Amino acid sequence: MKIEIKDLRFTYPTGLDALRGISLSIEAGEQVAIVGQNGAGKTTLVRHFNGLLQPTLGSVMIGDWDTKKYSVAKLASRVGYVFQNPDEQLFSKDVGAEVKFGPRNLGYSKEKIDGLVTRALALTELSDKTETNPYDLSPTWRKMVALASVIAMDTPIVIFDEPTTGQDAANVARIAHVIAELRREGKTVITITHDIDFCAENFERVIALANGQVLLDGAAADVLGQEEILAQTYVDPPQLTRLGKRLGLKETVRNQEEFLNALS
Amino acid sequence: MAFVNLQNVTYKYPLTKTPVLQNINLQINEGEFVAVVGPNGAGKSTLCYALAGFVPHFFKGEISGSIEVAGAESSKSTLDEWVLNVGLAFQNPFNQISGAKYTVFEEIAFGLENSGVPRDEIRPRVEDAMKLTDISNLADRSPYSLSGGQQQRVALTSILVMQPRLLVLDEPTSQMDPIGTREVFGVVRRMAEGGMTVVMVEHKMEWIANFADRVIALKDGQILLEGKPNEVLTSDLLAENGFGLSRYTSTAREAKKRGLWKKSNLPVTLDEAVEGFS
Repeated sequence: MKIEIKDLRFTYPTGLDALRGISLSIEAGEQVAIVGQNGAGKTTLVRHFNGLLQPTLGSVMIGDWDTKKYSVAKLASRVGYVFQNPDEQLFSKDVGAEVKFGPRNLGYSKEKIDGLVTRALALTELSDKTETNPYDLSPTWRKMVALASVIAMDTPIVIFDEPTTGQDAANVARIAHVIAELRREGKTVITITHDIDFCAENFERVIALANGQVLLDGAAADVLGQEEILAQTYVDPPQLTRLGKRLGLKETVRNQEEFLNALS
Repeated sequence: MAFVNLQNVTYKYPLTKTPVLQNINLQINEGEFVAVVGPNGAGKSTLCYALAGFVPHFFKGEISGSIEVAGAESSKSTLDEWVLNVGLAFQNPFNQISGAKYTVFEEIAFGLENSGVPRDEIRPRVEDAMKLTDISNLADRSPYSLSGGQQQRVALTSILVMQPRLLVLDEPTSQMDPIGTREVFGVVRRMAEGGMTVVMVEHKMEWIANFADRVIALKDGQILLEGKPNEVLTSDLLAENGFGLSRYTSTAREAKKRGLWKKSNLPVTLDEAVEGFS
């Protein structure tokens, strides 16, 4: 399902111009990372995709739906959104009920709900925790519950807002696995992240925002190599990209394989 | 006598079955910048709480051993005495913001007001602290209208402004943009050079290696390893125990297997990697 954004502008009630004319389209099944300085407008932008925010000017189309004409509840069948802070999103008494809530609200059949819940729990390695209260879990696992509860809704578009924040290496690997699995299923995945190494290893397209506008948008290898431009929005290239540049490698390398291949 | 001295500290929260900290012995000198690394659930935040007096004064639970900071012992002090020496920036800035103030400026002044600092002194101190962390432009915003990373800067500033002798930071850059992260490490380094003692929980190995004096690796509530950043962060023990590594370290480790890394030491920082691969 395509996302089409035309000259999107958004001003908060306080007068802050958070988005200052953004136009871009994201095709079905694309894996997109959004990077940029704190306060650049990343979260404000993605909150337009599921109708949590409405454009001050311009438009956001999710498939053939104009977000101005559909409620957040309706848009939830097309766009799943995992909040930056899981505590803003979890409320059920146990993990099973939490993960079931979304698909049940979308009116799927009982069989479909059971299948989606089982799969979401397995993917996030929560199958043995269905009876636990989410707030008895560590923040790490609460994050996985938040992921599972959105994945279970089986929406064509899934948004992750800083999924790796505060996560250790094992959990970052789990999250990368979830994203790879969604890609395999043909879902559109849009992820806000400051973890540029994670971005380089898991995303094909990168959009860099600065001051409410698109600074760079393109293939990860093209965007992540532009050190001077990225610095305008407080982003460093990935570690191995920086290393490759310092060693004078011709092409922009993003991950270990590309780096070692370029070296040998 | 070390400025921070933990002797055989074992601690269990009221509702947990096993201790979260087990027999921790740790000495830190005044002005030292110590980074704490470890997988989720290792006890990193609990260690921060213990240093800040929240464990056991606020969380209760069972504690044994002794915690001393600046010559005072935690078990013999009250929390309001303790906070005059020790400042803690929480992992989640949202949990730290008071909710009692309308602007960032007032939020940062809140601690100074509460500790009875004269009004004439509060304004310049808040302004200086905001300059240090580069948030002067946010002064009139509501703390709740900020992005995650901006909120984190406010939380950090509201502790720095108190000028604690021991600064405890629990993943202070987790929501910050990359260059902002590097700047915060730089600010913390400068504070340490000015004599402030710093304990910082972090996952960002490259910046730890560039800025910290010493690294403590925690696992299952115990100190697995401690020492100079480059030694600890390249240790096989960390790789085997599920610690995150800098890409320079993990890539050089793989390169070594393929004969592309010739040095005996592995790199943590960009400069070390450039030197070894050139």
